[in-house]
Amino acid sequence: MSRYTPEEKVKLARRPDRPGTADFIGALFTDFFEQRGDRLCGEDGSILGGIARFHGRPVTVIGHRKGKNLEENLTCTFGMPSPEGYRKAQRLMRQAEKFGRPIITFVDTPGAYPGKEAEERGQGEAIAQCLALMSALEVPVISVVTGEGGSGGALALAVANRVLMLEHAVYSVLSPEGFASILWKDASRADEACGVMKLTAQDLRRGGIVQGVLREPEDGAHTNWAAVFRTVDAALTKELAALDKLKGPALARQRYEMFRAMGQGLPPAREEEP
Amino acid sequence: MNQTFSRRRDRLLTYRAMREGNITSSRRTKCAACGEESPRLEWERKLQVCPKCGFHAPVGAYYRLSNILDPGSFQELEGNLSPADPLAFPGYSAKLAGLEEETGLKDAAVTALGRVDGHKAVFSVLDSRFLMGSMGTAVGEKIARAAEYAEKKKLPLVIFSASGGARMQEGIFSLMQMAKTAAAIQRFQSRGGLYLSCLTHPTTGGVTASFASLGDIMLAEPGALIGFAGPRVIEQTIKEKLPEGFQRAEYLLDHGFLDRIVPRSEWRSVLAQLLALHEKGGQP
Ligand SMILES: [Zn+2]
Repeated sequence: MSRYTPEEKVKLARRPDRPGTADFIGALFTDFFEQRGDRLCGEDGSILGGIARFHGRPVTVIGHRKGKNLEENLTCTFGMPSPEGYRKAQRLMRQAEKFGRPIITFVDTPGAYPGKEAEERGQGEAIAQCLALMSALEVPVISVVTGEGGSGGALALAVANRVLMLEHAVYSVLSPEGFASILWKDASRADEACGVMKLTAQDLRRGGIVQGVLREPEDGAHTNWAAVFRTVDAALTKELAALDKLKGPALARQRYEMFRAMGQGLPPAREEEP
Repeated sequence: MNQTFSRRRDRLLTYRAMREGNITSSRRTKCAACGEESPRLEWERKLQVCPKCGFHAPVGAYYRLSNILDPGSFQELEGNLSPADPLAFPGYSAKLAGLEEETGLKDAAVTALGRVDGHKAVFSVLDSRFLMGSMGTAVGEKIARAAEYAEKKKLPLVIFSASGGARMQEGIFSLMQMAKTAAAIQRFQSRGGLYLSCLTHPTTGGVTASFASLGDIMLAEPGALIGFAGPRVIEQTIKEKLPEGFQRAEYLLDHGFLDRIVPRSEWRSVLAQLLALHEKGGQP
């Protein structure tokens, strides 16, 4: 049994001092060149992406960015992307495929931004296109859920050959607050929602939603970033080596079949999980 | 022989359409939009569109199919696909059983093979009477299988969406249906398949953010609410009132997300035209 309850994990996953996408890029990659803009109408800071080297090899890296201080939080809308962000991500992913670069994504968002302009510019369409595009990419795609995997806004960057989660990260259909208010008309029952939603990395691993759980330091990722970086670096290296054995169409097929099979339910809990 | 079969199928469709809640026994029906009462027969003649204000009332899946398909062409596919309870969510199984009893549906999607003006296609229709047409694993599976079946048979795919989005009671498994359906549609389209996406009131959340937004042609019924986030959530976020008509079909048309708005009485002719335009060599 984990020493943290699901509601404690939600709090850990949301800690602002947890390493975020920019921190992972800084620590695990070299030569990062940030790419901005969707080439249609705007730039969205809540998605950070570009080209970099992973152990010398060019890759495309994309992730949600929440920002480290209030000013950054505001330009990044607290990690909640608008359509421009998702369309920038699509542009970067198409380019990665063109140049044969693997794609690594870091997922950490409360969800897509629920704003007026976001709707006007087609938030639903932007997410749908991300899902469709990612499902057919003929390059390796690895996603790491590092903090909060909130709803379709998270999934839009996580249709990967391997979806990994940090040990105390969470991933769910909606925030526990939103879930409680939709289902029970009472957002204050969020803690109760955490219990029934099966949003922990351990539950999702058992349900076949994620393929690997990455161990965090004893008291959570925020207490020892260096250890987290080492763990994620090793996991990415290992998964990338495995995916390198597959050719383009086989990568697309493996990803398609994995998501195609999702929905079979959770098998009973077992003891050995991290 | 063939005729007997198709007549029997027709009777089944009519029976199911009749069973649906929109055809009530009272003689007058009150409009949920304008509040005016009109004779039931007038509503029926207008295919459940308010005779006073033109509000397109939500209708059941079988009723919609019975209005669109050529007589005798309806053939249900995957009719026995049943919902799952992947989280063993408290009270959910009982709720599903109750809804099946009430609506005659196993879950919120009906898939059928049929013809419109002679043009054959695969049709999937979401039914908002079943947990707001939300997408659980059964709905996702049904949409994915419809796309795969259409691909195998080299037929066009027509989907009528009406959905509140994800099925909360199925948690993360519901969310994954977005990826599954988008992937199935993408594969179908990349192999030359035609997908006509028809949005009806309301289409929101995870359905808007997956298969419903991926049509080669995007159509919607007048006045349909279409969006990702719900209007209430947006108002809470931006702390201002949204303008009149926000997220309605007309608004989406203005913002470039639809090809056309189709009144209910015109679905048959519009679908027939589009299906004909995509037939090989332009020949019927
Ligand atoms: Zn009316």
